[in-house]
Amino acid sequence: MTTDPAARLTGLVRALRGHGLRIGPAETVDAAAVLDVLGFADREQMRAGLAAALLRSDGQRAVFDAAFDLFFPLGVGTLEAARHVEPQDDAPRFGRPDPARDDLRERIAAALAADDRAALAALAGEAVESFGRYGTGSAPGSDGWSAHQALGRLAPETLLARILAALREGREAADLSDRVLADEIRRRIQDFRAMVAGEARRRVAELRGTERIAERAVTPAADRIDFLAAGPDQLAELRRTVHPLARKLATRLAARRRKAAHGQIDLRRTLRRSLSTGGVPLRPAYRLRRPARPELVLLCDVSGSVAGFADFTMLLVQAMSEQFSKVRVFAFVNRTAEVTALLARGDTDPARLAARILGEAKVMGYHGNSDYGSALGEFAERYLDAVGPRTSVLILGDARNNRRDPNLDALRRIAGRARRVHWLNPEQPALWPTGDSAALAYAGVVEMHSCRNARRLGELIARLLPV
Amino acid sequence: MNGDGTGFFTSVADAARQLAATGYLASTAVATTVFLADRLGKPLLVEGPAGVGKTELAKALAEIGRARLVRLQCYEGIDEARALYEWNHAKQLLRITAGRDESWDDARTDIFGEEFLLTRPLLTAIRGDEPTVLLIDEMDKADVEVEALLLEVLSDFQVTVPELGTITASRRPFVLLTSNATRELSEALRRRCLFLHLDYPDAELERRIVRLKVPGLDETLAASLVRVVGALRAMELRKAPSVAETIDWARTLLALGADTLDEAVVQDTLGVILKHQDDVRKATRKLTVA
Repeated sequence: MTTDPAARLTGLVRALRGHGLRIGPAETVDAAAVLDVLGFADREQMRAGLAAALLRSDGQRAVFDAAFDLFFPLGVGTLEAARHVEPQDDAPRFGRPDPARDDLRERIAAALAADDRAALAALAGEAVESFGRYGTGSAPGSDGWSAHQALGRLAPETLLARILAALREGREAADLSDRVLADEIRRRIQDFRAMVAGEARRRVAELRGTERIAERAVTPAADRIDFLAAGPDQLAELRRTVHPLARKLATRLAARRRKAAHGQIDLRRTLRRSLSTGGVPLRPAYRLRRPARPELVLLCDVSGSVAGFADFTMLLVQAMSEQFSKVRVFAFVNRTAEVTALLARGDTDPARLAARILGEAKVMGYHGNSDYGSALGEFAERYLDAVGPRTSVLILGDARNNRRDPNLDALRRIAGRARRVHWLNPEQPALWPTGDSAALAYAGVVEMHSCRNARRLGELIARLLPV
Repeated sequence: MNGDGTGFFTSVADAARQLAATGYLASTAVATTVFLADRLGKPLLVEGPAGVGKTELAKALAEIGRARLVRLQCYEGIDEARALYEWNHAKQLLRITAGRDESWDDARTDIFGEEFLLTRPLLTAIRGDEPTVLLIDEMDKADVEVEALLLEVLSDFQVTVPELGTITASRRPFVLLTSNATRELSEALRRRCLFLHLDYPDAELERRIVRLKVPGLDETLAASLVRVVGALRAMELRKAPSVAETIDWARTLLALGADTLDEAVVQDTLGVILKHQDDVRKATRKLTVA
């Protein structure tokens, strides 16, 4: 990698742009001015300064941090602290004693207990150096550094009990803050895992070129996580964005509603008013409109493949419930059941929502596969009175029907009664005509929109819902 | 741009030191961005949850620069007349009635003079010669049109009054905008600012803040309290406690004369830091059933 700071900075900017951050030349110039003022002496100052010049919202922070660590690494090659360490062979030693591993675990536990971040950073370097290397001696291009392998060997989460015992030892009756100690240690372990991951990324970047790694290894910002590709961690992060997103959408809808309330001039009333001022229309009268809040019916596929998407959307709608005069939520896999009550405010644990719906509502018949045709049919049979001329219906799902009858007729009946029906599909449009998807057939009946991440969902909700 | 700063600080360390001297303990990120905003002469946009010290930061800066603090509190429906300037109509009318015999031309030029101008925060901040900190508070509450109004002020530090011409700042104010992110601010506005996300401080810093603001509180109790607050923030609550609430809690405990954080004390005082019944219930469950 180049040592020229200007090239590094532009490389960083390019990588960030590649992840969807909008950074103009003016910001790049600002960032250069920042480096000029701060110098290179203090890395955390540089990080804060560049973030101030380049970022525009907090959601971009994780992407920035990962990219910053790649382009302005802590060092090159093996960290000084890890230099004395002998790389270990990467074959697992089942049942055999492993003194190097035990020693490192011991020191990691001590650093975690003391919450010594500097020591932990050095230990992360050491962990990657000793246990993260794979493919040495094989063909060039197939070797590298793996955080997964290092963490698998070290298993830092199994240190929890030991650290807790050590911290509690020798203290008499602890106060309440002790109850949160385990959570704290867990968070520290999480941080340590992230450090190891960052360190492995840095080493791989040296091997393969920073730009390529920055393209692939940096995880996207929460609102760009693909619903269908999200893992449990990412879904949890996604859920944390529900409330801020709901608030933002609510203000946007409220503003639109306010604007729409300022009607046009009511000519008749204005003229009548002008009689008292000798025919001069001093006070114009406006035609008052009283826009009703929309009613919303949500029809969600909660089967395994798209559950994350439905789950997130339900939470969002629940958080925004004040924006609608009435919200009813129906879930289905191959049978349809109303879950509005399960979503009711106050007794929802987002992490368990999907499980509760699957457990408590009758959404599955004899098998566990999605069947849009019978689900829509059942909805049209049993719950059609939920839909009226003021109702907007949102259908969530990938329309993968396992080659069963799509039952377009049921959808037509729903569309015929509703004010509007929109189908949000978490798959990209290129996949709609493939495999067992009935998306194109349904798209012929109602509007279908591709909705792959939280940002897109926010845009769609703001655009599609009537004022 | 480097010559245009406000010149409050000489280095990042100096910024941290001077802020601490006013009672504002700053993290590296805060000290760095404040120093950069000062040195580069750019407005600083501070975003973050309520109660982490966004407005306090502006107050501390004013104290450091021995500067006048001009504050524009934004709200829905704020307009040019409230933000920038307006004409004193009543006084203008008086002036016209007082000089009934003079010609129209005399009267017209007269009533649009300095004497009849009511300066509002933005113009006030631009016009003065003394050092000034301009705080534009809760920018996200104002309508989009106000942002357009701010663009001229923030990039060139000048204001155009049609009747008087363009008024340029002889001395740049230190500008700090705050936002709770209820509305997405426009790209144009963001591009003119340095951005700082002011988050909850880490445990170490928060403990020092508590010790500084509530000196009477026992040190180990302060430490436990900060840790419990940290754990509450990590839970998914509707409203996570912020620094302001931590300090309130510390004051409450001090007033109650509590010396350890036991179950009874927490149950009695949890309402100080949590504002929703749901949250209180959730937190109690977490803290009492271990």
